[in-house]
Order: sequence, then structure tokens, then C-alpha cells
Amino acid sequence: MNNFDFTKAADVESAVSSTQKSKGNKIIAGGTNILDLMKYFVTEADILVDINSIPEIDNITELPDGGISIGSLMTNADTAYHPFIEEKYPLLSKAILAGASAQIRNMATNGGNLLQRTRCYYFYDINTPCNKREPGSGCSAINGYNRIHAILGHNESCIAVFPSDMCVALSALEAVVTVSGPEGERKIEFSDFHRLPGNTPEMDNNLKQGEIITGIELPTKGFSTNYSYLKLRDRASYSFALVSVATGLELENNIMKEARIALGGVAHKPWRVKEAEDFLKGKEATRENFAAAADLILKGASGFEHNSFKIDLAKRSIIRNCMMALDPESQRPGAKPSL
Amino acid sequence: MNITEKKSITLNVNGELHHLEVLPWVSLLDALRERINLTGTKKGCDHGQCGACTVLVDGKRVLSCLSLAVMKENTEITTVEGIAKDGILHPIQQAFIDHDAFQCGYCTPGQICSAIGLLNENKAKTREEVQDLMSGNLCRCGANRGIINAVMAVKENASYE
Repeated sequence: MNNFDFTKAADVESAVSSTQKSKGNKIIAGGTNILDLMKYFVTEADILVDINSIPEIDNITELPDGGISIGSLMTNADTAYHPFIEEKYPLLSKAILAGASAQIRNMATNGGNLLQRTRCYYFYDINTPCNKREPGSGCSAINGYNRIHAILGHNESCIAVFPSDMCVALSALEAVVTVSGPEGERKIEFSDFHRLPGNTPEMDNNLKQGEIITGIELPTKGFSTNYSYLKLRDRASYSFALVSVATGLELENNIMKEARIALGGVAHKPWRVKEAEDFLKGKEATRENFAAAADLILKGASGFEHNSFKIDLAKRSIIRNCMMALDPESQRPGAKPSL
Repeated sequence: MNITEKKSITLNVNGELHHLEVLPWVSLLDALRERINLTGTKKGCDHGQCGACTVLVDGKRVLSCLSLAVMKENTEITTVEGIAKDGILHPIQQAFIDHDAFQCGYCTPGQICSAIGLLNENKAKTREEVQDLMSGNLCRCGANRGIINAVMAVKENASYE
């Protein structure tokens, strides 16, 4: 790690004013990603600002409209095992528990989960070109080893994927991110939070300098009756997704009143296709209809030398996960290949 | 260039207070091993991938390699050295011996702290769930079956109480 100074922020305002001053002043909460990146010299800091002593962003509060707000400083484990989340938003709970290890979930915070960086090996290797790490230097993955990389939303500047599981569920649940910054508070729809690479792959999201995440709001609708999270990876546990799917369905006599499907591990952000969800609305919950939706979701997908298998894998995962959502009992540990 | 000053901190490790002067980038792992001379906690990958450095902070299992020492003031840190009480092994330690749960032993301190964290959490009900929730600790000798047997034995067998 580079030599840096360390300070603690007593409240959100002082955290904002510290990070607003300089790009080198960075927030540390759980530290599981930033310290790893700093050890590899992918990230450097002048000052790390510790926000762990801000209790008001470390809790769950009910919102007037019936939804809830989850503090950005709550750990992934405390969120996933919170009785309210387990009961009303089991999709979120399952997705969080599919990610990382028990130790990391005990440390990592919800805000940090949203802000984690890609695990593209070239991003991590400071001896290779990478537009995300060093804008303009080129992408080593396009003609390199790209088995874990994107099949959707990529371009010649960057084919990295966003690695979070939690965010795939937040995308399907249409969460809203609340942030505090130099100009006060604002809310960002989840679909607008993360970015596609475009010409600025170094920017993972739309957070501005000095802004920090204070909470994640979940709407009332939690799809707690028909939901499923499926994660496919190279080993049974403690590995990033090759493809993951979050599904939430609202059914009436097997007719879909609403359908949400989000993919992880396939793009620079969680992937949702409204056209596919609209297609399912009003239709019967059958394998055939899910297959047609999967085709719509993967429309325009293209792979590289080592990852084209992900296109078919994603389609089959969508169908399988939607079928599992019809019977959440089928997700008990041992009943799915991911556990 | 920044001139960074050392920070004065107090760490509570295994019930003893240790006053240290550390630079901000010193990990909890390095502070434990190099400054407090508690070398039971092991450095494996130093990147949060292997679990060898697992310790308990306020009863929860965490990775000491991805923790800064300056961020662990006002917590209760327990390392493998603090698990046995008055010369009597913790049930998990005894179960590791009984179930052949290690070979070279390098991952064992982390495995034991992780297993105690798992028992404290009380979320794993089945063997499969124990396997999943112990997956943050790698064993390169392949003693995993013994490790899971040991954890299951403590969970299920009253004689380990």
C-alpha cells in the first residue's frame, strides 16, 4: 500500500467535506475491497476517512409508504439475516448470502457492495493496459483471457463485469440509492446508479466526488412469495458469478401480474430488459414464456474468445430460475447447484 | 509527499490491553503478529481469499488481513491463542484433534476462529450449510472433510459442551 494518513468522520457532513476536498481522500467502511485494491496498488489514497462511527447510517428504518431504508453502513451479513429482510425481501437475503464468504459479509457494508470494483484480472494487474484503471491505455481483456467477462453492454473500451450479487437483487427490486453530498441529499434510481462503460469505463457509477451513499430504499413490493436467486460459478461457494439471475414474480392463478428479472456477471452493471418483463405481464408462468423472455433479455448479446458459452448459460439460467421462483421451496440448500 | 505520523492506539486482544504506535496502513494481522507477538494468526494470501488470518472481533469472524489496526480500537479481539481457557481446550479445538481436521496446520487457527464464529452466528443447520459457511477458509492439505466433521460433531454432540 502507498503511505496514507487516516482520520475518522464523526458524521455524514464531515465525511462529505473530507472527500470533497480531494480525490485522494477516500472513504473506508468495511475495507474489504479498497484495502485489497490498495495492496495491489490499483488504488491509492492520501487520506482514508473512516466512517464506521456514524450510527445513523447503520440501521434499518421503515418508510412512510411501507417500504424500508437500509443503512449504507450496515454489514452485508446483518442485512441478509435481518428478520425483516428475510421475511419481506428474501430475494435480497438470498443474493447477499450467495456472495463472498461469511467473514467478508461480516465486514463488508451495503454502501461498499454498490461501490466495489470489477474483478477483471487485467484491472487488478498494474503491469497490463486497462482503460478502467488507466484511461486511454487500452483493454487487455478483449484479446486476452476473457472467460469471466461481459456479453452485454460492452464496447471496445471495456468488457469488465460488475461483480456484485446483492446489486442484482436490488436491481430486480427497483431499489433507490440515497446519497449525501456537497449540494445536499439526492436519490438515484437503481437502474441509473451503475453505468455502462461508454467512453469513460473508469467511472463505475454516477456518484459525484464528495457524495457518499447513506442508504438504500426498497419499495413495498418485495416479491416474497415467488422469488429466486440462482448463481452459477466455477466452484460451489466463495466465487464470483459467471452468470447469476434474480427473479421476482407476482402471480394470480399462474398468470403473471408482474415479472422482474435481473442478470449479474454479464455486464458492467446489473442487466434488466423492460421489454422482456413487459412481455411476461399477463401471460401464464410457463417454461415456454420464460424461454421467450430469456431470448429478449439476451438480444444483442455477443461474446469473446472464451466467454461465448455465457450466452446460452444465461438463457438457461433465466428459465431455470423463473421455474424455481414458482416454487421457492425448491431453493432450499442442496436443491440447487449453487449450494 | 505526505509525512504520516504514527497513531497511538490501544487494542484489546484476548482480554489484554496493548498500547501500540502504528502507521495507518498496518493491518490488524501484522499488528498481531509483528507487534504483539501473537503469531498463531497466520498470513496466507493477505488478500482475503484464504481465511488463514481469521480472528474474532466482538465475537464475529473477520479477516485480519483486510482490517487496519487503527480501525479496531474499542473492540474485543480474540485470536487462536485466546480460545482455550485455563489450559482446557475449546470444544472446537478438541473436535479438530478427534476428527483429524488438519494436516500441516497452517490454516487451522483461521479454521478454528471461523468455526467458533459460525457457532456464534447459529445460522448453519445442515452439513451442506456448514460447508457453505466454512467456504471462506481454504485447506490446501485437503482436510476439509475432517474440518466439517469436527464442526458437525460440536454442533450435534452434547459431549463437546
